[in-house]
Amino acid sequence: MSFNQWINSRLPISDFFDQHLRQYYAPKNLNFWYFFGSLAILCLSIQIISGIWLLMYYEPTAKTAFDSIEFMMREVPYGWLLRYVHAVGASSFFVILYFHLYRALMYGSYQRPRELLWLSGVLLLILAMAEAYTGYVLPWGQMSYWAAKVIMNIFGAIPFIGEPIMHLIQGDYVVSEVTLQRFFAFHVVAFPMILLAMVFLHLVALHTVGSNNPDGIEIKDNKGADGIPKDGVPFHPYFTIKDLVAAAAFLIIFFTIVFYNPTMDGLFLEKENFIPANPLVTPPEIKPSWYLAPYYAILRAVPNQLLGALAMISAIISFAFLPWLDRSPVRSMRYKGVRSRVSLALLVISFLSLMALGLLPPSPVYIILARISAVIFFGYFISLPYISRNDRHSSPPDRVRM
Amino acid sequence: MLILRMAMGNESVDLKKRAFLTRTSQALGAIAVCGAAIPLVQYLKPGREAAMSSLPVEFDLSGLKPGDQRTVLWRGKPIWVIRRTMEQVTALNKINPNLSDPNSQIEQQPEYAKNPYRSLRPDILVLVGLCTHLGCAPTFRPEPKAIDEDWDGGFFCSCHGSKFDLAGRVYKGVPAPTNLEVPPYYFKNDQLLVIGAHEA
Repeated sequence: MSFNQWINSRLPISDFFDQHLRQYYAPKNLNFWYFFGSLAILCLSIQIISGIWLLMYYEPTAKTAFDSIEFMMREVPYGWLLRYVHAVGASSFFVILYFHLYRALMYGSYQRPRELLWLSGVLLLILAMAEAYTGYVLPWGQMSYWAAKVIMNIFGAIPFIGEPIMHLIQGDYVVSEVTLQRFFAFHVVAFPMILLAMVFLHLVALHTVGSNNPDGIEIKDNKGADGIPKDGVPFHPYFTIKDLVAAAAFLIIFFTIVFYNPTMDGLFLEKENFIPANPLVTPPEIKPSWYLAPYYAILRAVPNQLLGALAMISAIISFAFLPWLDRSPVRSMRYKGVRSRVSLALLVISFLSLMALGLLPPSPVYIILARISAVIFFGYFISLPYISRNDRHSSPPDRVRM
Repeated sequence: MLILRMAMGNESVDLKKRAFLTRTSQALGAIAVCGAAIPLVQYLKPGREAAMSSLPVEFDLSGLKPGDQRTVLWRGKPIWVIRRTMEQVTALNKINPNLSDPNSQIEQQPEYAKNPYRSLRPDILVLVGLCTHLGCAPTFRPEPKAIDEDWDGGFFCSCHGSKFDLAGRVYKGVPAPTNLEVPPYYFKNDQLLVIGAHEA
């Protein structure tokens, strides 16, 4: 009996890896859009490792938080590197998540039977936002403080229960050190644990229903005599090797940014956040992080406090309803009709323009543009059941095309 | 062993009793979870120290010239004290059709500040310096035409573009829903302002 057998009959580690890597068949036509799932895991690992290292010097009190990070960056060997890796890592994670999400929209990956895979993904996006928001508060710079305040007041806008909830979350009548310390607990322990559990569920769901592919057809419908999908190839070694190429390309871009422009000219780390938090002075311009900017633009576009907050929340949540809104008989944009393609293009354009507008100061022209973009953005979800049912779709092939 | 043999000997199972036991243990479990949640939630609430910071603060008006603005901290919030000029005070009496609540109908001030100046004394304005939209600190822009062509002076919130006049009254068509809040305050004497309490 080999050592491997001895282990495996007690704890089936190698069986598990065989089952989920060597005997997990992924469609052979997966293209570069399918890199972003494994890249997200890579990025999450970078965040966890750099985060643990940051914890060794960070002190979560209002007096010391800002200074401890400055000390780390100036005096601790490679402290600057770990801090910038963590900050650039947060933005990269959202770049990856948004590409990953767009891939799913393009190839209809949310459609039956992948609804729960999709829902766990939407939850992961929301969790990532909560994690990023609580993390952004920790350096206790000007933007940390005022961003915390603005988001807390969105909760406060809910009638009747809003204010008690706000006080419960921030632990004080205003955003204060108490808030900083509990955000620290959320960012470092609570959210990462939930995030990892959700990643696990996302992967379990993926391995149960299998990957979708650019043609949007089920490879499980075409199995050979051995019970293996004819259009499937084992995930390992085929896709592990392919994903490694993507990982290398990603790391080149990632470290180029970390070394040459870690603040991305204020887009990843705002200038104001290098000034310690001051509860008496609001920075002249409050900008959200770019990945939250589209929702922020929607909040600003609505001239009513409560409705603005509701519109903002529904903008994030509306993605969750896609599996039930899309009535197309086909999954992939390759076989969907012109109307479906145009409406997806409009969604992307409105999302990007909301992102840009959320980062710009609120001038009357920009607010009108944001209102138009918001209408187009929500219009995609509202019109989807009608457009997807009445579009001229073509029929996809039986077997995948390379 | 004796119990086991007795259980095995008894062929009919009392399903009713089993269901009763299942339900009661579920109910008791749920009560226990609720009980455990009480300390966890109570722990999150603002504590005694946070409540202490709500004690009134005093402000000396002698250094405040007409047109000046000062900020005091009360309950962790910035409180503005502004001495308006005579022209600014007279301008407030003019009815401005662009204000959404010119007569302060919505409860955002103590009864004694429910007047065109939204203050006890026409010249001294006391406001909570937080935008009623999402709590940014608006900036004091008294100079006319500073924000746009129609600007008569007031407060501008750079976060989301909300506008308020020199009595903290909100303009129409901006994200902020209500006028700026007036905190409770009174004058101990001519030069001493007490913020955070009504006159006894």
